[in-house]
Amino acid sequence: MSNFLGIHGTALALREQRLQLLSANIANADTPNFQAQDMDFNSAMRVAMAPGAAAGGDAIGAAAAAARIARPSGQPSLDGNTVDGDRENATFAQATLEYRASLSFVESKVRGMLTAITGQ
Amino acid sequence: MSNLPIFDVAGSAMTAQSVRLSTVASNLANADSISGDPNAVYRAKQPVFSTQAVAGNPALAGVQVMEVAESTAAPLKRYEPGHPLADAQGYVYAPDVDPVAQMVDLISASRSYQANVEVFNSAKELAMATLNMGR
Repeated sequence: MSNFLGIHGTALALREQRLQLLSANIANADTPNFQAQDMDFNSAMRVAMAPGAAAGGDAIGAAAAAARIARPSGQPSLDGNTVDGDRENATFAQATLEYRASLSFVESKVRGMLTAITGQ
Repeated sequence: MSNLPIFDVAGSAMTAQSVRLSTVASNLANADSISGDPNAVYRAKQPVFSTQAVAGNPALAGVQVMEVAESTAAPLKRYEPGHPLADAQGYVYAPDVDPVAQMVDLISASRSYQANVEVFNSAKELAMATLNMGR
């Protein structure tokens, strides 16, 4: 079944991992010495889709953790925090749209399978 | 701890920011609390935030209020011999609360709170869309 969803199932799970990282950035916008985190989606995808890669939630989590990067700040702040609020909000909105895009691909796959099963 | 950790992260931030709003309210309310004893004067409070891993996962950085620190600034000494709380020398002591700085802190805290509410709503919409898949 996971093969049936193809690249989109993995992409959806990884996009959720990225949303979690970005939500932590916004949550810690006022925490001293917090380094803004982001995920290199390309390399996470490469790890998760590599031939022989394990399937399941733990493997997705490991792939996301391996692709984590500390994003440098455009404007340094006195308390050592590298979160830029506006940029973070924009990135989060973009990541939300990307999640929706992956979700609609998965959904159309599921609909196609349902049509095939019910024959209607 | 739950299956939807974004709610925990955004929720912890909202809790922390609301503590910050409370301390601002307390500081502004007590800006004119005068005392005749410099040691008994109200001191401005300020929360100290720190990162806290949610559900033991270092990628999920929530926020916690480590402590609510009290300002170490010396109280303002004013000569008001007619004041009922004045000490033997005729001085009263007022807390060193800067209303402008407190208002700036208030605006910053409420903006951060709103940003987290936005995150919360987005995460909720995405979760609902995912749960309704195939319907």
